[in-house]
Amino acid sequence: MSTLQIVFVLLRRELMLAMRRRGDVLTVLFFFVIVASLFPLGVGPDPKLLRLMGGGVVWVAALLAAMLSLGRMFASDYADGTLEQLVLTPTPPVVWITGKILAHWLVSGVPLILVAPVLGVQFGLSNEALVVLVFSLLLGTPVLSLIGAIGAALTLGLRGGGVLVSLLVLPLYIPVLIFGAGAVDGAMSGLGSEAHLSLLGSILILAFMLTPWAVSAALRISIE
Amino acid sequence: MNSINWYKYSSPATFYGLAGKLIPWFYSAAALFCVAGLYLGLVLAPTDFQQSDAYRIIFIHVPAAWMSMFIYVVMACWAALGLAFNTRLSFMMASALAPTGAMLTFVSLWTGALWGKPTWGAWWVWDARLTSELILFFLYLGFMALQAAIDDPRRADRAGALIALVGVVNVPIIYFSVRWWNTLHQGASVSMTKAPSMAAIMLVGMLVMALAAWMYAIAAALSRARSIILEREKNSQWVAQMVEAEV
Repeated sequence: MSTLQIVFVLLRRELMLAMRRRGDVLTVLFFFVIVASLFPLGVGPDPKLLRLMGGGVVWVAALLAAMLSLGRMFASDYADGTLEQLVLTPTPPVVWITGKILAHWLVSGVPLILVAPVLGVQFGLSNEALVVLVFSLLLGTPVLSLIGAIGAALTLGLRGGGVLVSLLVLPLYIPVLIFGAGAVDGAMSGLGSEAHLSLLGSILILAFMLTPWAVSAALRISIE
Repeated sequence: MNSINWYKYSSPATFYGLAGKLIPWFYSAAALFCVAGLYLGLVLAPTDFQQSDAYRIIFIHVPAAWMSMFIYVVMACWAALGLAFNTRLSFMMASALAPTGAMLTFVSLWTGALWGKPTWGAWWVWDARLTSELILFFLYLGFMALQAAIDDPRRADRAGALIALVGVVNVPIIYFSVRWWNTLHQGASVSMTKAPSMAAIMLVGMLVMALAAWMYAIAAALSRARSIILEREKNSQWVAQMVEAEV
């Protein structure tokens, strides 16, 4: 099988598994919505204030939701032995790891992007800012899945893995948060968001090139 | 003399003895530099005309901040050495350095707050340097938490080494993103107000204190490495012999 075929087969498997357990996908999505709705309750309903912080709040909620779903990336495959079989296949680990990360993004990143505009409207973001919010999430959420995969692979099978993953991964998410929320902010204030989006894009390319290798090293450490 | 066998000291058993001999030297150097630096900084250095005596905290703050960043890089170097050559001692050095680095990061944040209150009028501002130092503190915590969560020492070593390397690649990205975020959000409201080029005596005092922090960090890391070696090698023959000789 060619490399692309392998990725495709893996993607189909992951998506099918996700479809069979729709609850997991929806839980993350509702978590995202709930976290974002908590902020107005906490800081008050002043529309001006909410418009100012809307982009940042949606981004922080997306960060937390992406982190929450990391546990699933390798855990069930590790528990039933699929992961070891994958490691034993002649396919280079980087190939199927990229496939798994892509699947994780499709299952837990894309739904967030689809719901984000609704949350943005709740915070009173302008139309232009909503478009930028979607674009920034489109560029940023894959990075969350990529970097998160390192944390997920390192904490495989550890006690308290969920909390540990947040401690490992959240500091590394900070640049994505800054440029993502900054893009929305730029659109709101009229400063323009091209610079932020370009930086997000370059982070995505960098993460796409480097993280699969780090994940494969991390999996080798965790499985042996 | 020109053929010291360095590989000899990559074995924990021989390194244990070597570290034991070196530690008193580094501790005394640290004490010596510390006394000299404090004398230069607290007695000889003149009072600043803008910040009065509050500035004197830089003699602790700046060395701690320098060392906190430097130790993370050194830690990542040990981690890379360990992953590349599979030497147990490198991993032990990396995990021995982390608590000292985290402690110095905390000291620099703490003393920064103490300096900020009288000078800026606030304990904390979301300045680029403060924020990235805080994130560095989180990175240290993550490294230590990961190692603490793994029972198998071999896996703990390698997992910690990997996250240290990932962290060190990310540090410049985090630093620049925080800097740009800061300048976009609130302008340069707080800068170090370049005190018209620091008086030479202040600079010398700071450098001497930095040397003291450096010597202290080496000594602390070595003694922690010794404890780690003893803990890991407790079932080996040389430890048993040593304990027997001491009893």
